[in-house]
Amino acid sequence: MSATSNQITQLVEQIYREEGGRVLAGLISHLRDFDLAEDVLQEAFIMALKSWSQDGVPANPGGWLTVTARRKALDRLRRNATLAKKTEQLQNITELVQEAEEVDDAEVYTDERLKLIFTCCHPALALDARVALTLRTLGGLTTTEIASAFLTTEVTMAQRLVRAKKKIKGAGIPYQVPPAHLIAERISGVLAVIYLIFNEGYNSRSGEALIRHELCAEAIRLVRALHQLIAQEPSLSPNSEVLGLLALMLLNDSRRKARLSPEGELVLLEEQDRNLWDKIEIQEGLAMLDRAMYLRNPGPYQLQAAISALHAQAATPEATDWSQIAALYGELLRLHPSPVVELNRAVAIAMADGPLMGLALLKPLEAESILDDYYLFHAAKADLLRRAGNFAEAAIYYKKALVLTQNPVEQSFLQRRLAGVGG
Amino acid sequence: MKYMVLIYGNEAMEAQATPEQQGAMYAAYNVFTEDLHKTGLMVSGDALQPTTTATTVRVREGKTLITDGPFAETKEQLGGFYILDCPTLDEALEWAAKIPGATVGSIEVRPIAIYPE
Repeated sequence: MSATSNQITQLVEQIYREEGGRVLAGLISHLRDFDLAEDVLQEAFIMALKSWSQDGVPANPGGWLTVTARRKALDRLRRNATLAKKTEQLQNITELVQEAEEVDDAEVYTDERLKLIFTCCHPALALDARVALTLRTLGGLTTTEIASAFLTTEVTMAQRLVRAKKKIKGAGIPYQVPPAHLIAERISGVLAVIYLIFNEGYNSRSGEALIRHELCAEAIRLVRALHQLIAQEPSLSPNSEVLGLLALMLLNDSRRKARLSPEGELVLLEEQDRNLWDKIEIQEGLAMLDRAMYLRNPGPYQLQAAISALHAQAATPEATDWSQIAALYGELLRLHPSPVVELNRAVAIAMADGPLMGLALLKPLEAESILDDYYLFHAAKADLLRRAGNFAEAAIYYKKALVLTQNPVEQSFLQRRLAGVGG
Repeated sequence: MKYMVLIYGNEAMEAQATPEQQGAMYAAYNVFTEDLHKTGLMVSGDALQPTTTATTVRVREGKTLITDGPFAETKEQLGGFYILDCPTLDEALEWAAKIPGATVGSIEVRPIAIYPE
């Protein structure tokens, strides 16, 4: 391969990484067809490799790719025998191609990724379909990578994607940013999908560690993109929960390297080596949280981010402001009452005021049996009993917790604790 | 795109409604249907008589089987429908949410099949 064609290959790869997503989003939006868009984009990139080495790199590579892909889509649709179905699409495309030719290689091509995020996260799609589609089309992950991340087979994941795309087409799910009166609840839906992706990567089960971290990185990238896209959209005002989720994920992610020992054992927050926490991520997380709070529109992600921030800012476990953390959990309870949040608050109060105070708060939760199947409840109670010196009862609850988790890392941790109380 | 909007409700609970409550429901449906009509999205709509008046027909191995009642015993029963012609699913969902029965029952929104000519 000559030096020039090598350079072109590298450049095309760079364009793919930097602009591929935007171009794809634009194509999906115009063609109303995920698969067609992916296919013609791939063809356009192949053409770019040939044509740019002969004619040079265009001034607007993204625009060039868009126009080329649209032309290829038109060719395909023309060749397609069942034109009756496609007549509306054909007209659409013909108009687009004419439009594009008039504008001369499209000086400007709009960033359609915002529309795509809302389409992939539409509430009419099942949650696992939203996650898969978002990772595939916005994250650019392959079906194999997504299947591996969610511990399912490639066939299952491929079917899930096919069904999701069929639902979008069949049910008429729109390719648009939702109208003003729906935007708040739809953004919250998008954030839920992104947070799910993050947690899937953060709370690694078994499976390749690399893919798991890639999920966290992808989630952070997605929420950043969402934030930027909203900022660029004049009809939308900045959203404090988008910033809040970004802050929360950055702050949690900053502890990534400290959470597992070299032997792969779980390391609790209070035992983590804080030198391994990513200071740059913490700084950015704190800055995002500040910007969120400045908008004076509190919400659950901001509150959780604030809690994570208090940990991040404590130089040592002893320096942690547990009273403030407990207060924040209290706020979170007001907004989103949930037994898990009550549990977390009880643990925080135990840290601030002693294990007996925490145990008292756990009593009503246990009486209502809501968290009976939640291993963290039993693990937390065991821990408080241990700290209160009640080893015998602590052992009982460590055993209860052990029964409820299949995660080998968590099991190993609980075994050690159980041994520590003579169980 | 045309959508059929199917209104499911719990007939047993509805039967326990007082005349005032029933009257309020009818009025609410009248208002809803009028509002919907003004948008031009409505193709048709009707209430159904209760499932006690239903008859189910099946033909198996050349034999016609007629049974009393709906096709299956379900927790909620089909009570009525609308057919809407909307630009996207979102408009159909928006109107489905305004149906008075949505607050106590379930509204299924399903696109009407399009076959190539």
